[in-house]
Amino acid sequence: MRVEFRLSGSGGQGLLLAGIVLSESAILEGKKAVQTQSYGPEARGGSSKAEVVIADGDIDYPKATDPDFLLALTADAYRTYGKDMGKGLVIIDSSIPLDPAVKARTVALPILETAATAVGKKVVANIVALGVLGGLSGAARPESLEKAVLNRVPKGTEELNLKALRAGLELARSVGEP
Amino acid sequence: MPKVVKLMQGSEACTAGALAAGLRFYAGYPITPSTEVAELCAEELPKIGGKFIQMEDEIGSIAACIGASLTGKKVMTATSGPGFSLMQECLGYASLCEIPLVIVNAQRMGPSTGMPTSPAQGDVMQARWGTHGDHPIIALAPGNVRECFDLTLRAFDLSEKYRIPAIVLTDEVISHMREGVELPDPAEVRPLRRAAPSSPAGYKPYAADPDGGVPLMAPFGEGYRWHCTGLFHDESGAPSGKADVADKLLRRLQLKMDKNAPDMWDNVQEGTEDCDIAVVSFGSSAMSALSAVRRARREGVKAGMLRLKTIWPFPEPAIRELASRAKAIVVPEMNLGQLALEVERVAGCRSRVIRVGKVNGELFRPDEIYDVIMGAK
Repeated sequence: MRVEFRLSGSGGQGLLLAGIVLSESAILEGKKAVQTQSYGPEARGGSSKAEVVIADGDIDYPKATDPDFLLALTADAYRTYGKDMGKGLVIIDSSIPLDPAVKARTVALPILETAATAVGKKVVANIVALGVLGGLSGAARPESLEKAVLNRVPKGTEELNLKALRAGLELARSVGEP
Repeated sequence: MPKVVKLMQGSEACTAGALAAGLRFYAGYPITPSTEVAELCAEELPKIGGKFIQMEDEIGSIAACIGASLTGKKVMTATSGPGFSLMQECLGYASLCEIPLVIVNAQRMGPSTGMPTSPAQGDVMQARWGTHGDHPIIALAPGNVRECFDLTLRAFDLSEKYRIPAIVLTDEVISHMREGVELPDPAEVRPLRRAAPSSPAGYKPYAADPDGGVPLMAPFGEGYRWHCTGLFHDESGAPSGKADVADKLLRRLQLKMDKNAPDMWDNVQEGTEDCDIAVVSFGSSAMSALSAVRRARREGVKAGMLRLKTIWPFPEPAIRELASRAKAIVVPEMNLGQLALEVERVAGCRSRVIRVGKVNGELFRPDEIYDVIMGAK
């Protein structure tokens, strides 16, 4: 098994942290995981991308070559990476207009809105997205995701982030069988 | 002890390796993609009585490290391309004065400011020849996060043992990548320390076997008086303009590296025992290369991989042996052919050396190397 994820959006959205937590949750289950990143020189804003590869065995090449899951939280990221998608599933925020140039299967979910309203803080959109990715991929169990979230989020934000994760897992369930 | 696998970043593992080696002094100037090393040293060193200083620039950083090393501390700085360029003059001073120190150079796209957040491997030759004059230097290239720990620790050991500056040559991918690693129990790590004299009486700071010997190093501040200068110097450390003194010193420094090179060499091989097409690479490029070699093997091509963990001194015997077997040697690197120059020099006419350079700030995809392997068979 080798599952590849690409998490893309804008700098400051916390996608790198989401990638780290996803990797850590797989490691907690005894799987192998590698996380890499690429971003521009800006402190915030600019394009940002995190990649995660999860496998049962050793991972020689650490980047995603043909992602199984692309998460795009900005229209720019969707247009840039969406058209490279082959077999995998594209997950975008509902606010992003669909682009006919993207041929891969696509689901649009209210990730940003769920963070802002249902959870209550838009900064946790990354953890909502993490729940979506974890739920749709099954790469890590919900309890491993929870443990990894608690390992990595700042003190005092644990409940907020767990709520965000659960909201993301719920969104994933709403998709049904991907 | 129960097995603990921790998700760790390359820079974090470099820092852990340095601390396991006994790092007690870090002076640096933050620069992407090496900054995490500075951040972690700033956090960890004060807890163990060490010192962290953020300097005004990279020249000051390496100069401060040299000073601290002279007092007997194990020292490190971390930087990237432009900062590494600024360190070159003092790196020459450290080579000539035989001052142990470790530099983590996380390579990024250059020249100049280049692409600050993108990976490259363009400092292979700068690591060897960035400072002027013949001089010994050690450069180790980790190929994964665990090796960031191992080779930083090893860089300290070699630098202390031979009194040669050692560079840990990572790149943006290796330094920023996170993977699950299990580190050795700190109690099992036995770091080396420079050999010191037993008494100040009659101490000659640069007395050593001319055949590549390593002089005993006395720490400043413990009653030893000695002169440390970037001028050529005799056994007492005093400057000398004499032809025979200069010749003797520089030849000893060179022999110190050449004769001890087998102790410094390390590599990882897969499928090289019977290969027709060999791939020689290092750092993050070697991850793409290994994936390509394995695919070619699965498809019946006799491909083999030699991944260098030691780049300088250059592992001539390993390349010579490979060239005696493989009809072609593919050298993928994120520059326009720096390691390949050395491979060509050693392989001579025995194997065809195929340079595969990538300089767009992106890591090789495995298929890019696979295509070259298939084209060479």
